[in-house]
Amino acid sequence: MNVDTQFDVVVIGGGLQGCSVALHLAHEKKRVLIIERDSCGQHASGVNAGGLRRLNRLVEEIPLSMAAQKMWHDIESLVGSDCGFRPTGQVRIASNQEDLATLEERAQKTRLLGYRHEEMINAEALRKMVPAIGNRGVGALICRGDGFADPALTCLAFRLRAEDLGVTIRQGSGVSAIEKNNQNWRVYTGAHSFDAPTIVNCAGAWGDRIAAMAGDHSSLKKTALALMVTARLPHFIDPVIGHASRKLSFKQMSNGTLVIGGALKGILTENQKDTLIDFPQMKESAETVCSFFPFLKDLPVVRCWAGIEGMTPDKLPIIGPGKAGSGVFHAFGFSAHGYQLAPIIGRVMTDLICRGKTEFDLEAFRINRFLP
Amino acid sequence: MLKRLHENSDRKKVTINFEGVQIEVLAGETVAAAVLAAETDYTRTSAISGVHRAPYCQMGICFECLMEIDGVPNRQACMIEVREGMKVNRQHGARGLSDEVSV
Amino acid sequence: MKSLYDLVIIGAGPAGLAAAVAARDFGLSTLVLDEQQIPGGQIYRSIEKALTENTPVLGKDYFHGQKLVERFRQAGADYLPEATIWDLGRDLIVSCLVDNQARQIRARHILIAVGAMERPVPIPGWTLPGVMGAAAADILFKSCDMIPEGPVVLAGSGPLQLLVACRLIDNGVKVAGMVETNGFGDNLKALPHFPGALRVPHYLIKGLSMLWKVRQAGIPAFRNATNLRVEGDESAEALCFDARGKAQKIPAKTILLHEGVVPNLQLTRLLGCEHQWYEPQRYWKPVLDSWGQTSVNGISVAGDAGGVFGAKTAEAAGHLAAIDISSRLQALSAQEKASAAAPLLKERAREMSIRPFLDTVFPPGRQALVPPGNETLVCRCEELTAGQIREAVALGALSPGQVKAQTRAGMGPCQGRMCGLTVAEIIAASRQVPLAEVGHLRVRPPLKPITLGQLAKLEIAE
Repeated sequence: MNVDTQFDVVVIGGGLQGCSVALHLAHEKKRVLIIERDSCGQHASGVNAGGLRRLNRLVEEIPLSMAAQKMWHDIESLVGSDCGFRPTGQVRIASNQEDLATLEERAQKTRLLGYRHEEMINAEALRKMVPAIGNRGVGALICRGDGFADPALTCLAFRLRAEDLGVTIRQGSGVSAIEKNNQNWRVYTGAHSFDAPTIVNCAGAWGDRIAAMAGDHSSLKKTALALMVTARLPHFIDPVIGHASRKLSFKQMSNGTLVIGGALKGILTENQKDTLIDFPQMKESAETVCSFFPFLKDLPVVRCWAGIEGMTPDKLPIIGPGKAGSGVFHAFGFSAHGYQLAPIIGRVMTDLICRGKTEFDLEAFRINRFLP
Repeated sequence: MLKRLHENSDRKKVTINFEGVQIEVLAGETVAAAVLAAETDYTRTSAISGVHRAPYCQMGICFECLMEIDGVPNRQACMIEVREGMKVNRQHGARGLSDEVSV
Repeated sequence: MKSLYDLVIIGAGPAGLAAAVAARDFGLSTLVLDEQQIPGGQIYRSIEKALTENTPVLGKDYFHGQKLVERFRQAGADYLPEATIWDLGRDLIVSCLVDNQARQIRARHILIAVGAMERPVPIPGWTLPGVMGAAAADILFKSCDMIPEGPVVLAGSGPLQLLVACRLIDNGVKVAGMVETNGFGDNLKALPHFPGALRVPHYLIKGLSMLWKVRQAGIPAFRNATNLRVEGDESAEALCFDARGKAQKIPAKTILLHEGVVPNLQLTRLLGCEHQWYEPQRYWKPVLDSWGQTSVNGISVAGDAGGVFGAKTAEAAGHLAAIDISSRLQALSAQEKASAAAPLLKERAREMSIRPFLDTVFPPGRQALVPPGNETLVCRCEELTAGQIREAVALGALSPGQVKAQTRAGMGPCQGRMCGLTVAEIIAASRQVPLAEVGHLRVRPPLKPITLGQLAKLEIAE
């Protein structure tokens, strides 16, 4: 079989970021190859909780997050599917005065930076928004227009749109080595090699390995993050629920199931490619959910799973060019909040590659911030 | 849908409430079997299209026998034996919460 | 109840019971966990409360289990009936739910003896009330003294189908048809295995006498049936199929489907044990050494959960596994192990000699493996059709896991027990690759749903 080996850009990693970058590049008529070691969206991209949140986001990420949210509200025009997007809002509940103070401090901070997307509500307004909370909340910080989408559907839609636009995707074989020949990078995968002047590293939890191949030092720790999902139940709640100080995080999906998460740790297997569930962690989460919503105690948990995510020391992603003039770009290490950013990351990387600049300040996301 | 072979065996009779009607069944029977022997042929309606379903495997594999037993939904009726005074209802569609929830 | 046992056995069928008896003989502290109310598994289901009126119909093979259960009751193993296993880890911690209390128990070794399940038979209309597995009807007879309302049609392939037909006849149920998806061609294919089967002539004799009974009862019989479908509005009314060169229709109140049994793999899959594909019956089974040890340390399998060989083989395998585990835990010397095992190895080999013949005479019907039409429901929980699975494959899903992510097939309460094999077969057929290449659904805990309230009150093993 004759295989095309020359591309404009090789994207390493077929998760959501990789597919988003590829499809945006394809709009610019770039010839793009995605190399995916496993299958597209198999890891964090496809198995995360699906929350779309500007609420309580690290301030450095807010500009990107705001732009991404705009794109989510019109996601169908980007990928031809609504990706299960539901703008139900997100709330961060306070149970006592201390929580309230934490949330008010946060609200103050973003207000001073000129943002207006987060707003404090009182107990009564909270009860109106989340009747099921009863008298177990004294107020909340909310963000209207936030919400959630379906990660599996999203990955599928992004991949299909990328393919429609002519992106080539190779799945099932990872990158074993890369080397620079004159203006070209040669990327080795399985028995093949591909050439392109530009490489984008979207390898997620394995992004540090790819960065190292390109000579860029980074710092990334793999973590297994677990979720549980319940049987379907009649619709009882709209917004995505979080909490100021407790590990409470869940949403009711459109199909009626509850997806419960909130930084629950899973267990990474020895090969670092698979995960196990740590039920003592799940127990704690179940206790919290039951203490806030006691009527959920008879709701069956049908399935738990965990995905693998790459966490940076400062929990900020690595976004931007590698070594000057190298033709390598990075977008990885999203530290468990990359799902919402995916649409804008594609645009930012495309701007960097095609125009050499972007409207966003990427200073906080530089890869060389980890240099010793 | 099912028939008892020996209605008059010396097994204890037990009364359960199925869909608001008292029915006499025999001790040792599973809830699924007891209900299917009571001239009914379905035990739940499906979660998505709402069609009638009945137990398929009778050994806890297929989850077609999910019913509401003593107010708790999603119970496997083929794995649970009848008990005097038990309240059994068909499970209609997706049922996650116990009884009526006051939220 | 202890918090740590030498051996925890999951399942109280022939394999689990035999293992428990032997393990106690060798002095191991032993706990048996089982989902049912009383021991016996599905094959000896409810044996301690079988009605004397049913003795002749149940037959002597069933009552073989009586002695085994008695020995188990006297063996001094701890026994937790009505226990739902919802997690099991490589750290040898078993998580179970007993009497509404979730708890964890530690073991030095675990024996999985959870048996087999009927292969799901996805044909159009199989979700209608009035349709169930043939084994399900047998379970109802054994456990509840109940029979299905006639007329009954049996459809599919397998020795159990024959056995159930005979029990229905003996109980006076009107059997309106015996519709087999296998045929004379399969008999011919099985011929080379016939000499092997002659090592256990009593099985062949039992088979022939069952065939004779069905024939004597004058039941309309069809072979090589294809295009099976259940017709009915709110419940089953008839089985339609093609046979003898034309369309057939048999009105019935109850339709019993059967295409053989397959190992129950939820636990070994969850643990990530190595598995192998068994082509004659098209199922996966865990890779085991001759003692039942899996590829995962501390985990053994005995009985049909390791490959379907029937009750007697399971009993011997359970005993052998207990011997091996006792020697691993230093309760038995190498020499004691060898001498205890010798007669059992012989017995098991003899019992197994019928299988190549049976597995070839009764292959699972092609239609049950890969539903030819697109409208057949494959995932009963999430109500997904074969067409929707094919659509996902067309959009690039390569494995059951990817189909699951795209469609939700296998995400319902049964956790893919009912659709897992079919989804994999459809993918393999659509992609025109061997099934082994397609893989299988990843099993995620909890294996059976556990409520948030129960999980919140979990007693964690120290």
